[in-house]
Amino acid sequence: MSISVAIRHQLGRFALDVSFESRGRLTALFGPSGCGKTSVINIIAGLIRADVARITIRGDVLADTAQGLWLPAHRRRIGYVFQDSRLFPHLSVRQNLGYGRWFTPKPGRYADEASVVDMLGLAKLLERKPQQLSGGEKQRVALGRALLQSPRLLLMDEPLASLDEARKLDVMPYIERLRDELKIPIIYVSHSPAEVARLATDVVLMAEGRVLRSGAAGDVLPAIASAGDDYSREAGSLLEMRVAGHDPETGLTTLQFAGGVAFVTGPVAARNTQVRVLVRATDVMLATVRPKGISALNILGGKVESIVEDGASADAVLRVGDARLTARLTRHSVQQLGLKPGKTAYAIVKAMSVKTPTRLPSVADAQGADARP
Amino acid sequence: MNWFTLSPEEWNAVRLSVKVATWAMFASLPLAIAVAMILARTNFWGKSLLNGLVHLPLVLPPVVTGYLLLLTFGRRGLAGAFLAEHFGLVFSFRWTGAALACAVMGFPLMVRAIRLSIETIDRKLEQAASTLGANPAWVFATVTLPLMLPGIIAGMILCFAKAMGEFGATITFVSNIPGETQTLPSAIYTFTQVPDGDANALRLTAVSVIISLVALVASEVLARRVGQRVAE
Repeated sequence: MSISVAIRHQLGRFALDVSFESRGRLTALFGPSGCGKTSVINIIAGLIRADVARITIRGDVLADTAQGLWLPAHRRRIGYVFQDSRLFPHLSVRQNLGYGRWFTPKPGRYADEASVVDMLGLAKLLERKPQQLSGGEKQRVALGRALLQSPRLLLMDEPLASLDEARKLDVMPYIERLRDELKIPIIYVSHSPAEVARLATDVVLMAEGRVLRSGAAGDVLPAIASAGDDYSREAGSLLEMRVAGHDPETGLTTLQFAGGVAFVTGPVAARNTQVRVLVRATDVMLATVRPKGISALNILGGKVESIVEDGASADAVLRVGDARLTARLTRHSVQQLGLKPGKTAYAIVKAMSVKTPTRLPSVADAQGADARP
Repeated sequence: MNWFTLSPEEWNAVRLSVKVATWAMFASLPLAIAVAMILARTNFWGKSLLNGLVHLPLVLPPVVTGYLLLLTFGRRGLAGAFLAEHFGLVFSFRWTGAALACAVMGFPLMVRAIRLSIETIDRKLEQAASTLGANPAWVFATVTLPLMLPGIIAGMILCFAKAMGEFGATITFVSNIPGETQTLPSAIYTFTQVPDGDANALRLTAVSVIISLVALVASEVLARRVGQRVAE
């Protein structure tokens, strides 16, 4: 699954200097609008010729300007799902799906039309024209078209950005399914923390044409806190948990992870489902002793790993089991409590939101939902 | 006086006109597509010169265009002598010359229509095709060309109609020889110049109106069908 990208490129007055490596199944390129994310994947796809670039996928070199190597886009076999789907208006859905497949040399074909159509729920759409599809359907067809060329890498440029909230929820499970079932890596461009939290295994955090941080999703998402004002509202931590049970009487669901147990309200997902829990840094308080007589249900003990101060506030990262939890405190409180790396502390979590029921709606469900105007 | 049968001479003029216009239309099509692509997609020094050259027949008096053709493609013209010697292709006082004159006169109309339709094509679709593995030639054949089809059809019809009506350049370049270069307009003109030619001129005028109407209606139907196929 390994991808390695190193790019230097001048776009007018904007300088792009990006390099990252990833072994993850779905690597999110995350950053504010205009930070160069789309340029990076256009260069990876071969649509923009970079000044300096070295790009390899699983050891295959697609571009190495130092050696004078630059494969043109049509010889890279990289699937690209655009924000605006870009289906061919003069072709039917079936012909659109078959387009890339036709150009793929036979020995390289691994994608099977029947299973892709089935996986994306496209069976009923095949004879339609793109202009007869809803936004969510268009994106699913675009996904299918990219997959059927049997790509060695899948690029997705904010594929959900042009959809409203309900449609996003329709399409998201399909992307999760691709992430979990495909044998090829995915690079996913997004500026939405919620999407990244739900989908990404790895995150490359970008700002102003540079990489601020890259690594596993659980490690990088807390760093979003220190990436500047654009993210501070959204700063948070991502915890992988398992559903242990639901008590209908209290209405609480128990979640388990290496750092202990947590409770959320309402039934979330079936027992033993893996879920991701997003905790906003502003929803976490820290105490140096285990608090008693408190209404909060979720109190997690751990050790302070790092503290990043920024003006009057400070972000403390607490190691809880194998996870990291970021708390947004005031610098004053950090001093009062004498918090420093290595010290034991208890996190009082006021709210957590469960991000993934990895459940896939049945094909009929999704189509019914999509057919609404 | 029979209103419904054409004399052999009149039939000749009708057949010749259709043949000349059809040749003018198809022979100039590939070049028109190429020139339209260059004008719509590229930028180079001298582009406005090319643009002006293409549009020249539209603004010049047709007689001038015909005379220039005579000078270059006539027996003793530079291009004319070369083509006659190496390819056996003779234009002067032949129907091929009439076709050339009509093609030159219809060319700017054809290029204009095609260029307009190229400019409406979303180039992002071509990028998408290249990421799907299509090389530039395939992108052109499978995406660009089908999407500019409405413009191509419109351009062909305009060129055909222009060719059916071309008079000045044709008569200057290849004269007015019955059976060889006497097209419909030339024949009508000839009949109006002789006594008792009114009936013949009227009959040919009616034929001319019918052919033009059929061509227009056919193009409308065709354009609508294609338009539906490629509509966004």
